[in-house]
Amino acid sequence: MSSQRIDNFGKINRDKELRFKWENKNYFGYDGDSLASAMLANNIKIVGRSFKYHRPRGIMSCGVEESGGLVTIGVGDKKDPNVRVTSQELFEGLVASGQNAFPNVNFDLGSVNNYLSRFFAAGFYYKTFMGIPPFEWGRGTSIWMFFEKFIRNAAGMGKNSRLPDPDVYEHANDFCDILIVGSGPAGIAAAKEAVDKKLDVILVEQDNLIGGDQLSDNDFDTDTAFKELQNLGVRVMKRTTAFGLYDNCVLGLIERVTDYNTSIDKELPRQRFWIVRAKHIIVGSGAFERHIAFNNNDVPGSMTVNASKHYLNRYGVLTGKEIVIATNNDSVYLTAEILANAGAKVTVLDKREKIDLKFNRNNFEVRNGVVPYKINGSREIKSLDIADSVNSKYKKIDTIQCDQVLMSGGWSPAVHLLSHRGVRPEWDSENLCFLPGEAKENITMVGSARGIWGKEDCIKSGTAGALDALNRLGISKTNYFFPKEGGWKNAIEPLYEVKFNKSRSKSFVDFQHDVTCDDVRLAHREGFISVEHLKRYTTLGMANDQGKMGNIIGLSLMADLLEKEIPEVGTTTFRPPFTPVAIGALAGRSVGKHFMPLRTTPMHQWNLDHGATMIEAGLYQRPWYFPKTNETISEAYIREATTVRKSVGICDVTSLGKIAIQGPDSTEFINRIYTNPFAKLPINKTRYGIMLRDDGLVLDDGTCWRLSDTEYFMTTSTAQAGRVMSWLEELLQVRWTDLKVNVTSVSEQWAVAAISGPKTREVLNQCLEDPSVISNENLPFMGFTSSELIGGIPCRIARISFSGELGYEIYILADYANKMMDILWNAAKKFNGCLYGLEALGALRVEKGHVTGAELDGRTTIDDVGLGKMASNKKSYIGSAMRKRGVLSSEDREKLVGFFPANKKDTFDAGTIICEKNNIKGYGIGRVTSVTHSPELGHWIGLGFIKGGMERWQNTTVVGSDLVRNKEMEIRVVSPHMVDPDGKRMYA
Amino acid sequence: MIRIKCPYCGERDHSEFSYGGDASIEYPSLEAPQEDWVKAIFFRENIRGVQKETWHHLNGCRMWLEVERSTITHEIKSVKPCHPDYTKIVENKQ
Repeated sequence: MSSQRIDNFGKINRDKELRFKWENKNYFGYDGDSLASAMLANNIKIVGRSFKYHRPRGIMSCGVEESGGLVTIGVGDKKDPNVRVTSQELFEGLVASGQNAFPNVNFDLGSVNNYLSRFFAAGFYYKTFMGIPPFEWGRGTSIWMFFEKFIRNAAGMGKNSRLPDPDVYEHANDFCDILIVGSGPAGIAAAKEAVDKKLDVILVEQDNLIGGDQLSDNDFDTDTAFKELQNLGVRVMKRTTAFGLYDNCVLGLIERVTDYNTSIDKELPRQRFWIVRAKHIIVGSGAFERHIAFNNNDVPGSMTVNASKHYLNRYGVLTGKEIVIATNNDSVYLTAEILANAGAKVTVLDKREKIDLKFNRNNFEVRNGVVPYKINGSREIKSLDIADSVNSKYKKIDTIQCDQVLMSGGWSPAVHLLSHRGVRPEWDSENLCFLPGEAKENITMVGSARGIWGKEDCIKSGTAGALDALNRLGISKTNYFFPKEGGWKNAIEPLYEVKFNKSRSKSFVDFQHDVTCDDVRLAHREGFISVEHLKRYTTLGMANDQGKMGNIIGLSLMADLLEKEIPEVGTTTFRPPFTPVAIGALAGRSVGKHFMPLRTTPMHQWNLDHGATMIEAGLYQRPWYFPKTNETISEAYIREATTVRKSVGICDVTSLGKIAIQGPDSTEFINRIYTNPFAKLPINKTRYGIMLRDDGLVLDDGTCWRLSDTEYFMTTSTAQAGRVMSWLEELLQVRWTDLKVNVTSVSEQWAVAAISGPKTREVLNQCLEDPSVISNENLPFMGFTSSELIGGIPCRIARISFSGELGYEIYILADYANKMMDILWNAAKKFNGCLYGLEALGALRVEKGHVTGAELDGRTTIDDVGLGKMASNKKSYIGSAMRKRGVLSSEDREKLVGFFPANKKDTFDAGTIICEKNNIKGYGIGRVTSVTHSPELGHWIGLGFIKGGMERWQNTTVVGSDLVRNKEMEIRVVSPHMVDPDGKRMYA
Repeated sequence: MIRIKCPYCGERDHSEFSYGGDASIEYPSLEAPQEDWVKAIFFRENIRGVQKETWHHLNGCRMWLEVERSTITHEIKSVKPCHPDYTKIVENKQ
C-alpha cells in the first residue's frame, strides 16, 4: 500500500499544520485530520500488532468499528491505551505509540507466534495448561493457576498508566422531548421535523463533525448543516457517544470535552458523563460495512470500501495506487468511480455473475463472478490471487498486482442501542443483515440503522421517525410511512468466507482477537455450537470493537457447519457500552475525599482545636483519641479510659441517630417496636430498648424518652440511624396506617456530649443554672430533665451511661454545641478531667460488656447477646413470634461471653476464631468480636460469642486461633460484665 | 434507569428511591402464631409479569409508595401512596 495526500480532495484545512509523534518520529497532518488520516497521509503502513499472532495490522476502517489501528496516546499519567486511530482527532503535539509489540510494531519479536500459530488455535491455553495429566490428577486447577499469570502477562493489548489519573471528569444531567442518536441524513431529517413541532430536541453525534456518512459526499457542507440545526433550535452535541440505552428512555452519553485538544482551558474536564432522560429516542446510528474472510485478509492495506471513500473525500488521502475492490453488493461502485477519478487504478471483483448498473466502465475494470482468494505479502500487499467458484469450491484463476484490497461483504445496521433494551434483531435474508426488532418502548430506528441504504430513503425515514415519535407521544396525529429496507438495484449475494482449498490458511473473522475461520470450525468440531459458546471459546467479538465488523461472518460459518440458516443460529446480545468508556468518566467528581459524603458533628472544629485525631465512623468524622505530646494511640486511650473511671471525661456522641415521635398513638407505636415494655414508662423517664426485625433478629438498640403523654424522643446507634428511620416510616405508612403517629429525624438538630466518671456531678454542678436538677433524688438513673446550662442555654439532660460510670448525656440545639463544650470542658479541667474519643469509649464499654454493632451484626438474637430479660412475655411486638423459631432458640447458638487471655501478658485481636483445645479446625466454636486493653483490669480483654455461652464454658480455657496473624493462644471464657458487674457506679 | 412518578414530587430517577419489598403481603397481627409470620416473611412469589411492590422515596418526600411494575420490562403501571390518607394530601397539592 502506498497511501498519500492528494490535492483538490478532502475538507481539511490545509492552512493549519498540526505536528504529531508516532513511535518517536515527527510527522504532520492538517487541522481536520483524524490520527488515522494523518498516518495514512504519511504512508504509515503498520500501526499495530494483532493480539495473538502479532501479525502486522494497518488501518482497516474509518470509524468506531476499527480493529487494526489501536494505539496508545499520550505519555506518563496521561497515557491512554487502545485508542482507535480512526476516531481520534489529530491535535497539535499528539504523541502516539504502538502497543502489543516488542521492540516496536514494525519489528516485533512476538511475531514468532505467527509461525507457531498451528498450536495457538482457539482453546490452546486451556487445553495445554489445565488439568495436565498426570501432574494435576486430584489437584484441581493449581497448574493452571501457576501458568495463568505468565499467560496473562503475555496477553493484552495496550498497557495502562499505573499513575493516578490527572484528569478531571464531570457528571451532568439533562432532559428533552426527543433525543436523536446520529447526525446522518436520517438523524438530521428527524431533528428538523421534530424541532419544527416546537419540541425540545437533542441531536447526539460521536464525530467532531455532523453529517455521518455524508461527510464523504462532496456536496455536503457540515458547517452549514450545523448552523442550520442550531438556528432551528436543535441542541447539537458533537463528540458525544450514546454508549448505553436504559429503561424509560434514559441514555448514557460520554462527551469528549478536551480529549481532542490539550491546549483548551485546563479548567474544563476531560470528559463529561451525561444522563439524559428523553420522552422518545430516535436512533439513526448507521450501519457497518462488513469485510470478507479469505486467506491473509488482514495484511496492512486491506480496508473496507466506504472507509477509503471517507479518507479521500473527507481527508484528501488516497489510500492506494492500485486498488482491488472485492464485493457482493452495489454499494461500492460510486467509491470505485471516485477512487479512479482521483488517479487510482481500480479493479472491482463482483461475486455476482451479472449486474445491471449504470457507471463509467472505462474508468475502472469490473470482473464478475470473481472473488478474492489470497493476499500475497506480509507487511504490505504485493498482489492478490483471485478465484472463481465451481460447484461451490473456489479455484484460483489469476493474480492481480495491487497495493490495496478494499472489501465490502454487505452492511450490518448498528442495532446496538436497541439491543441494550433486550430487543432481538431479526435476520433479513433479502438484504443479508440483522434488522432491528420491534421496540415496545418509545424508540424509533431510522436510516441505515433500520436497514435502509439509499440517502433519499434515509431522509424520508428520518422524517417518518419524527412523525412516529410525535404520534406516540400524542402530540400530533399524522400519517407516515417508512421506506422499504434495502434499496440496491441488484440483489446482494452471500459472501462471508472464500474458503482456501489448501490445508492451512489465515482467513480472519475477528481481526483484533485473531479469530480465523478455522477457529470457528474447530469450535464446532469440539461441540461449542451455540453462539454464546462459540463467542467464549474463540473470543470472537470479545475484543474492544465487540465484533462490529466480523460477528456475522462467524455466525454464517457456524450456520453452514450446522446446516442451518443464520436466524436459527441466532446472535449474541450487544450490551453497553457501545464503545469503551473511561472508568474516570463514570466516577466523575466522586474521587478522593469526595468519594463519599463527609459528615461532621457541630463540634467538629472544637474537637480538632482541642487536639482530636479523627476516625471515620460510617460517613461521620468522630474523635478517635486526644493525644498529648508524643503519646501513641494506645497510651492515649488507656489514659483517657483511666481518667473516666477515676475522675471525669467528655465525649462527643452527636452521631447517634435521633428521632422525634409525636401523636396520640405514640405510646402504642413505641410499645409495638421495642421488645421491652414501654406502655407504663413515666413522663421524664428514659428506657434502654431493643428493636427486632420481622424475622426475630436484633435490628438496633437505643434509648427512648417520654417527653409527654403523646411525645417521645428516640436515639439509635450511629450505624443504624437511617435504617431505623425508614423502618419506622414503613411501619406507619404501610402496615399500621390506623396509628396516628408522626416521626421526624432530628439527628442534625441536636448536638450531644456524654460526660461520665465519678466526678461528673461535681462538674455539672458548675455548668448548670440550677444544679439541683441533677441530684440523685431529682434525677435518678435513666431519668431525664429539661434544664439550662449557665447563660440560660436550654438543654436536655439524660442520666444514661454507656461507660458504666456515673454518666449523663447533654443534648443541646446544634448551634450551641461549641458553647456547651466550652462550659463542660472548663469545669472538667478543674477535676483533672479529659476529653475522650471512640477508642476509649470502646474500651469502657467492652469492660462493661455493653454491645454495639460488632455484636449486633444482624445475625444475633436478643438472647444471644444476653439481653433476653429485655424481651417481654406479656406483650406482642415486632419479632416476638419469630424470635422463638427453632433455629434461634437452639442451645447450640453462639452466645455473648467475655474473654481473657490465659496468659495475662498476651494480646489478641477481633476476628480470632475460638476453638476447643485439641480441636483447632474449621469455623471453630466461636469468635472474638471486640477487644481492648482494660486499664481497670490491667490486661487485654475481649467480647465475643461461643456455642452454648457462659453456661457451658464459664471459667474454662479454649484456644483462640488468629489465621490472619498466624497466632494461637489460650483464652479463658468469663462473664461479659468484666468491670463493676452490679452497676454500683452507675447508680451512684 | 427506571423512572418512578412519585405522586408528591413528580417523575424521578429510581436512584432517589429505595426498594422495599412485596406490597401484596398481608402482615399478620403481632399476636398471630409463628406459622403465619413464617409464611408472611419467608415465602415470596417469583412473579414473571406485573407485581406489586413498595418503594420508599428516600431522597425525596420519604413517602412509601405502592408500585405496580412488570418484572419483564420494568414498565410501571401505577404508583400510589401506601397510606390511604396520603392520597388526600397528594390530591390537595394538585
